[in-house]
Amino acid sequence: MGEYFHSVRVVPERCIGRMACLKVCPTEAIRVRHGKAEILEDRCIDCGECARACRHSAIIPQTSSFTEFSEFKYTVALVSPVLYGQFRKDVLPSMILAGVRKIGFDDACDVACASEAVSAAIDEHLASYRGPLPLLSPFCPTIVRLIQARYPSLIDLLIPIDSPMEIAAREVRNKKMKEMGLRRDEIGVIYLTPCPAKMVSIKYPLRKRVSHIDGAIAISDIYHSLLSALGEVNSSVHEAEEPVKGMGLGWPVLGGQVSALQAESSLAVGGLGDVQRILDEIERGKLGDIQFVECHACAQGCCGGSLTVGDPYVSRGTILSLVARLGKAPCADRGKIRELYQKRYFSLPGKIPSRPFAPLDKDIGKAIEKRKRIQETHEGLPQINCGACGAPTCLSFAEDVVLERARLENCPVLTARQARRAADASPDLDGASQVLTL
Amino acid sequence: MPREPLFWQRFDICGRNFVDAGKASISIKGILREIGINPSLIRRAAIASYEAEMNVVLYATKGTMELRVTPKDIRVMVEDQGPGIPDIELAMREGYSTASDEIREMGFGAGMGLSNIKKNADAFSIHSAVGKGTTLEITFRL
Repeated sequence: MGEYFHSVRVVPERCIGRMACLKVCPTEAIRVRHGKAEILEDRCIDCGECARACRHSAIIPQTSSFTEFSEFKYTVALVSPVLYGQFRKDVLPSMILAGVRKIGFDDACDVACASEAVSAAIDEHLASYRGPLPLLSPFCPTIVRLIQARYPSLIDLLIPIDSPMEIAAREVRNKKMKEMGLRRDEIGVIYLTPCPAKMVSIKYPLRKRVSHIDGAIAISDIYHSLLSALGEVNSSVHEAEEPVKGMGLGWPVLGGQVSALQAESSLAVGGLGDVQRILDEIERGKLGDIQFVECHACAQGCCGGSLTVGDPYVSRGTILSLVARLGKAPCADRGKIRELYQKRYFSLPGKIPSRPFAPLDKDIGKAIEKRKRIQETHEGLPQINCGACGAPTCLSFAEDVVLERARLENCPVLTARQARRAADASPDLDGASQVLTL
Repeated sequence: MPREPLFWQRFDICGRNFVDAGKASISIKGILREIGINPSLIRRAAIASYEAEMNVVLYATKGTMELRVTPKDIRVMVEDQGPGIPDIELAMREGYSTASDEIREMGFGAGMGLSNIKKNADAFSIHSAVGKGTTLEITFRL
């Protein structure tokens, strides 16, 4: 492992070079060399789109497996409300928690309630905040990475409040230590994750040194066993008695964070293209009349994460139905949250560093020369962005050529054109004889 | 004497085309990022070039924007074929605008464009001929 821990990894033995990953990468971080995909580490922002696009399981998420947690005396699964959207809408959250307890975890802890608490803490933060607007939600690790790399001037707009999964992990660990008389390190807290990016925030939390979470298992990895376990779960729970409730249930869908807030002017944006457009606007000093922007790398929010099973639109419908039925009853006491907020219970200290993509050269004069040569090289290329050279666009290929990561003859279109020109230029036999008779 | 490193690129801007509006200044931002310009300078250059680009989109029929980068400075030169500005001093004032209601309804034309360019630039010059067009030269020192 180098300087970066990434959420996905290429398995070269499985890669057959079909290049499905090449074009979906939003930061042009993939190259296919000698028939195998490679990830340019410093460019990757952990969105997981490449893993989603690969049909040969050659790009795999770096999530945990069950066996990694066998050392712990007691294990708790943290259940993101995304999981509640993976089943029919009559399967209530508490039934899903019961199912999770049957598949190998000692306990299961809901995160939706912590999400509601975090929403209330954001409301407190917005009410007392007097700096530049809009503030940005910091809960999608890919968006945070994007901002570190491309929008460093917006880093200070990321709200310094901890994520619901971290808050829930901290609470459940303390509770279990008391209840069970266990040491901190005897309890394993494992997040059931909808996407690989969360793993990065667990392994390398941005502002603090240690995460409260010990690992993350993909929702897609436990889905099958959970489905069969649900058959054994008592389904007689009445909706009115459902203990998991509140607006936090809506967090996985795009707009869910915004609708759990009291803030009047906010917006929600999903998908890396659209998020970048909005961030460009904010960087230009626009949108200052908006208080809060919820941003997700996935167009549908977390219920569209690459490690989910259900169709994101169907999951969205399920989640919205749960919110309609269970959302109105609050699970967090606003007065208590205010008190905790003032005690900095939700706060994340420290500053997020910028992490720009490497420039073309450390020396600015050389970087300018290189950019110029990239431009000139690009002008000589076919500019059809076919990807056959192994770079996603002709411009990225030109960059590879100038940075000596590729050679011009790797462009098959250019090579074919040159071959044809050479053939046209050399006279055939008839031509040769004519020349001779002249 | 060795030649000074220079990168330049020209972008065409199409008047009244709101679909592509802003794309040239986004490209400029990307190029400056690749070259490794300091982020706060990139931000200033991005804001100024966006305002200049939008002025062309809003008021002119067409124009060009040229980016020139040397190790000493970044220059953005904008040239348009448009109505021109009769009184530049007046146009530079914050809040002064000749924008139509239609433009204002879209959230533009608040009369902050030129003053915003000047505020973000290290040097700024503007020439305009009524009925012909306007040229801007915006400089940022490295």
